[in-house]
Amino acid sequence: MAERKLSNKKTNHAITMVIIYVVLIIVTALMLIPFLWMLSASLKMNKDVFTFPIQWIPDNPRWKNYVDIWTKIPLLTFVKNSAKLTIIVTLLQLFTSSFAAYAFAKMDFKGKNVLFLGYIATIAVPWQAYMVPQFMMMRAWHLNNTHLAIICLQAFSAFGVFLMKQFYEGVPSELCEAARIDGLTEYGIWFRIMLPLSKPALSTLTIFTFVSTWNDFLGPLIYLTKNELKTIQIGLRMFISQYSAEYGLIMAASVIALIPVLIVFLALQKYFVQGVASTGLKG
Amino acid sequence: MTAPAKSVPSKPQSKKSGRALRNNLTAYSFIAPNFIGFCVFTLVPMVFAIALSLCSWDGAHPIEFVGLKNFADLLGDHGFKNAFVNTIVYCVGTVPLTLVCSLGLAMLLNQKVKLRNFFRTVSFFPYVASLVAVAAVWNMIFSPSMGLVNMVLSSLGVENLPRWAAGKDTAMITVILFSVWKNMGYYMVIYLAGLQGTNPSLEEAAALDGANKWHIFWHITLPQLRPTTFFVTITLTIASFKVYDQMYMITQGGPGDATMTLVYDIYNTAFVNTPKYGYASAEAMVLFAMVLIITLIQFKGSSNNN
Repeated sequence: MAERKLSNKKTNHAITMVIIYVVLIIVTALMLIPFLWMLSASLKMNKDVFTFPIQWIPDNPRWKNYVDIWTKIPLLTFVKNSAKLTIIVTLLQLFTSSFAAYAFAKMDFKGKNVLFLGYIATIAVPWQAYMVPQFMMMRAWHLNNTHLAIICLQAFSAFGVFLMKQFYEGVPSELCEAARIDGLTEYGIWFRIMLPLSKPALSTLTIFTFVSTWNDFLGPLIYLTKNELKTIQIGLRMFISQYSAEYGLIMAASVIALIPVLIVFLALQKYFVQGVASTGLKG
Repeated sequence: MTAPAKSVPSKPQSKKSGRALRNNLTAYSFIAPNFIGFCVFTLVPMVFAIALSLCSWDGAHPIEFVGLKNFADLLGDHGFKNAFVNTIVYCVGTVPLTLVCSLGLAMLLNQKVKLRNFFRTVSFFPYVASLVAVAAVWNMIFSPSMGLVNMVLSSLGVENLPRWAAGKDTAMITVILFSVWKNMGYYMVIYLAGLQGTNPSLEEAAALDGANKWHIFWHITLPQLRPTTFFVTITLTIASFKVYDQMYMITQGGPGDATMTLVYDIYNTAFVNTPKYGYASAEAMVLFAMVLIITLIQFKGSSNNN
C-alpha cells in the first residue's frame, strides 16, 4: 500500500516535470522565434522572406544583404556614432556616480541630507514630463544637433548614484578609517580601496547604462536631425520607413543593431540579473 | 568647558572648523561632477516645465504668460482625452497580463529544471534587445496579408483573419502583446528574486498536510510574494504611463488615433506640428501628476509592508 502510494507520487512528479518542460519549451520558442525569423530573413531575397511554410535555413543564404546594407545607408556612421555616445556616457556615468556615491556613503558633511533629497525627489519625475523645456534649453545653447546634448542628457543620472551608494554602504567603514589613519586622502581611498571593491556594482551600472544608451530612441530622435549625427536606432528606423519593402536588408541591419547588446548582455548577464533583482527587493 | 580651553578659545576651535571646512569641500568635490550635471540638465528643466505649462509659446514669438488657460483647454481637447483614455486602456491591458506571465514563468523556473540559466537568458533577452529592431520583426511576423502568424492561423482554418496593427480594434491588442513579450523577462527576474525570499518549509508542511499544488501556490506562496507583486504592479503601471515608442514603431499611433498615447501626444504637440511648447508642457504636467500619484501610493504601500 505504502509502496504503491510512493510510486503514485513518483509518476505524479514525473508528469508534473513533463508539463513544466513542455510549457518552458513553448515559452522559449515564443521568445526566440522573432530572433530566429530575423536571422533567417536577413539571409533571404525580399520575395522569399514571406514564403509559407517558412524555410528557416535558406537554401542559398544571401550573405550579400550584409554587404549591401553598408552602402545602402551610412550604417558605419550610425554604428560609430552609437558606439561613441555609448562609451562616453557609460564612462562618465561610472565616474560621476561612483565619485558622488562615495561622499554620500562614507563622508559626513554639511547639507548631505538636503542634497540627497534633491536626487530622491526627482527619481519619480518621468523624463517625458520635462523633455520639452530641456530641449528648449539645449537649443538656446546651440546644443541641438550635437552629440554633446545626448551625453549631457544621459551621463548624470540619479539612478547611478543610488546604485553605487547602496553598494558602498555595504563596505565596512573601518576599511576607510584604517586607510585615513594610514594617511590616504579621500580621493586615494575612493580610487585604491572603493573602486576595486565595487566591481560588481560597477558592472551592473555598466550594463544598465550601455543598454539604455545604445537602445535610446526618443532622445536622439528629438536632438539629432542631421544624418551624419544619427545613432544606429534612428538610422535603422529611418531606413525602415524609407525602404519598407527591403525586408532582407532591414533584417540584416536589425541583426547588426542587436549584436553589441547581445555580446555585452551575455558577458555581464550575471550582474544585470543581480541588479534587477536588487531593485526589486528594495521596493 | 575647562579653564585652559576658555583661555585660548580661538586656536583649537578654528583648527577644528578649518578641518571641517576642508572636509566639507572635499565631499562637495566628490559630489560636484554628478550634481552639477544633474542640476543643469534635470532639475532646472523640471522647474522650467512647471513655468512653461502656464505660458503660451511657439518658439518664434515672445513667451506669454496665460495662467491656467492651457489646462482649461486640455479639458475640451478631444485629441488629448483620446490619448489619455488610450494610455489607461494600454495600462489596464498590459499590467495584469505581464504580471501573470512573469509570475508564471518565475514559478516554473524556480523548480529544479535543467538548463535553467538558458531559459532565463532567453526570456530576458527581448527586454534588452533594441526596440527598433524587434519592432521591425514583429511588424513582419504580424503582417496581416503575409505574416507568419496569419499564415499559421489560416492554415489552422481560421477565417476572418485579424488585421493586427492595421485594424482599428486590434491595433492596441497588438501593441499590448508586443509589450508583454518584450518585458515579461525583466519582471520574471524580479519575481525569481522574490521567490528566493519565501520560506520553503511552509510549502513543505502544507504538502505533507495533503494540500494540492494549486492550494499551496494560492494560499502560501502568493501571500508571501505580496511585496514583490506590489513593486511589480507599481513599476509596470508607471512604465505604461510613459509608453510611446512601441506605438511609434508598430502603429504610428493609428489607425486614425486608436493607439495615440499621452507621451505620443506630447511629442507631436511639441515637435511635429506647429510647436506649442506651453501646451505640451501642460500635458506633461498631467503625465507627471499621474506618475506622482502612483509613486505616493507606492511610498504608502511599502511603508505599510515594512
